[in-house]
Amino acid sequence: MDYVIILALQICSAVASLVLISLGLAVIFGMMRVINLAHGEFLMLGGYAAITAFNKGVNLWLAMLVVAPLTVGLFGVVVERLVIRHLYGRLIDTMLATWGLSLAMIGFVTVVFGNTVSGISAPLGSLTIGAYRTGAYEVFLIFVALVLLAAGWSVLRYTRLGLIARGTMQNAGMAAALGVSPSLVYAVTFGIGAALSGLVGGLLAPLSGVVPTIGAAYIAKAFITVISGGAAILSGTAIASGLLGTINTAATFAFTPVIGEVALLIAAVILLRILPQGITGRFFRRAL
Amino acid sequence: MSRVLPMAGNLAVLLVGLGVLFGLPAYAETYLIINATIFASFAILAVSLALIWGYAGILCFGQAAFFGLGGYTYAVAAINFGDTTGAAVLAVALPAMFAALLGYFMFWGRISDVYLGVITLTVSLILYRFVNQTAGEEWNIGQAPLGGFNGIPSTPILNWPGQPGEQLAPENIFSLAVGLLILVYFGCKALLATKFGRIVVAIRENETRVELLGYDARVYKLTIFVIGGALAGLSGLMFANSVFVSPTMFSLPVSGQIIIWVIIGGLGTLIGPVIGCIMMQVLTNWLGTLNQVPGFGWVDPNLVLGVILVVFVLLVPRGLTALVSDTYGWLAQRLRSRPPTAEPDAAAQPETAP
Repeated sequence: MDYVIILALQICSAVASLVLISLGLAVIFGMMRVINLAHGEFLMLGGYAAITAFNKGVNLWLAMLVVAPLTVGLFGVVVERLVIRHLYGRLIDTMLATWGLSLAMIGFVTVVFGNTVSGISAPLGSLTIGAYRTGAYEVFLIFVALVLLAAGWSVLRYTRLGLIARGTMQNAGMAAALGVSPSLVYAVTFGIGAALSGLVGGLLAPLSGVVPTIGAAYIAKAFITVISGGAAILSGTAIASGLLGTINTAATFAFTPVIGEVALLIAAVILLRILPQGITGRFFRRAL
Repeated sequence: MSRVLPMAGNLAVLLVGLGVLFGLPAYAETYLIINATIFASFAILAVSLALIWGYAGILCFGQAAFFGLGGYTYAVAAINFGDTTGAAVLAVALPAMFAALLGYFMFWGRISDVYLGVITLTVSLILYRFVNQTAGEEWNIGQAPLGGFNGIPSTPILNWPGQPGEQLAPENIFSLAVGLLILVYFGCKALLATKFGRIVVAIRENETRVELLGYDARVYKLTIFVIGGALAGLSGLMFANSVFVSPTMFSLPVSGQIIIWVIIGGLGTLIGPVIGCIMMQVLTNWLGTLNQVPGFGWVDPNLVLGVILVVFVLLVPRGLTALVSDTYGWLAQRLRSRPPTAEPDAAAQPETAP
């Protein structure tokens, strides 16, 4: 029984971590059709922001939940104004430019912080279930993933900001005709996506530590989740995370963590062959 | 004019190529020759992506997968066979077969450009992860240990065909690599001039129209993709002979580097990516040596590469070749129009007003 609970918790934790690392990318890709290859480095920057703030004496929770998203969000807005803005509608070019950005960020952070792992210990201690123990912080992250999904859904569904965002996403020209400035909406959206990535980067820093090249570990999974999810940002990401996270954990339990990752990637490739538009391209089309 | 210029260009490329092939070994030291061999093998890789991306419009983010596969196939087969000739053939054939399998999934699935990029990226990441964890006895293929993170440092050097043990000297490897580069370059030129090549370029321009004319675009795309995979395998083979094989061959930075070479050199040309490749390699090497200069501080190559890529995508999206030919055209026009009353340019008249 304890084993079943701990296994379920592991699966939830894997799913939650997929949701978390994909969310910022999903917002930027889903709303703006911009493939942000620097997404992994946004997460990395969030981690460094949190750790640096913590080492300077800021409270850990404040560093993770406020400093990290603010820093990366602002950085995102600057990047959007300087680079991305010129490349809307040129999918391949944005892909290349953000990839260049990712390289530059890796290089810059390496110069500033050095190519070493820095880390902070995870707060909240551990949780005992029967004969097994697990980190309470992992459970907290599951909770955070749920809150972020719920908050995102509420904003998109109920607020004026969400309405404007959805309108611009569906038909930018019509939204502009009705008095919305698409340029402003895009800048804000990109900023929010970047801030989400920063928040997640900060939250994951105690678990994984940070190195300049840590983005590469996230980027493939995040991409696969978002693209498998399809057009609906939130539900697509959630469903794809659920599916892929379960496959990943099952294969990890049965074999090794590396086989787990390989299984995740192969499952995604097969999924894309069957459903080229992603899961929400075929099912749950009206979802958000 | 329009026919003379490409001919002159081809001739110039051939002369420079032959000059390097025969001239460099006479003057340069071994260190430089080995470096030049690496450049030449990378340049073959650049041509492989220039062919499938620049001419067929297939943006493959995972060209490094075929590159690494070629290198590993060669190393494993050479250790097991003893003689390297068969291994060299396999090193080209296996990546080609892998490209055929992957291409079948992608082109028959009619996947859009973006998903194609993501799938090829994913495949090379899978291979990278997989090869990275192959340390230990259970991952030996025949007598060859895959070696995980460390790769196969004892990658055998090519021997003369049929004479195991008679290894090629670094100068010979260099001549082989540069010779192959010249062959591959002009081979691709010739291929693009055939009917097959024309159809491939037509598919890049408008796939639907080509299909309505009765051609099966999938077959053509698959064929050019397989050729690209084989060339990348060949490049991996030459790279394995100048350095050794390790999982980095599959890694994201390598995949990206190839794309940078093509973008900087000029998409839709063959010579541009070769020039871009050599320039970027020289630059990276130079940045590496800067670190030894005391007091200069430390520049990370990634930082420079990244900034260059962003600047090129934003400001010079068509690459250096287009920049040069545009400047040349602009200058020529300025020079021609400068003496307005000297003589009415009679020869140019019929061309401009047909």
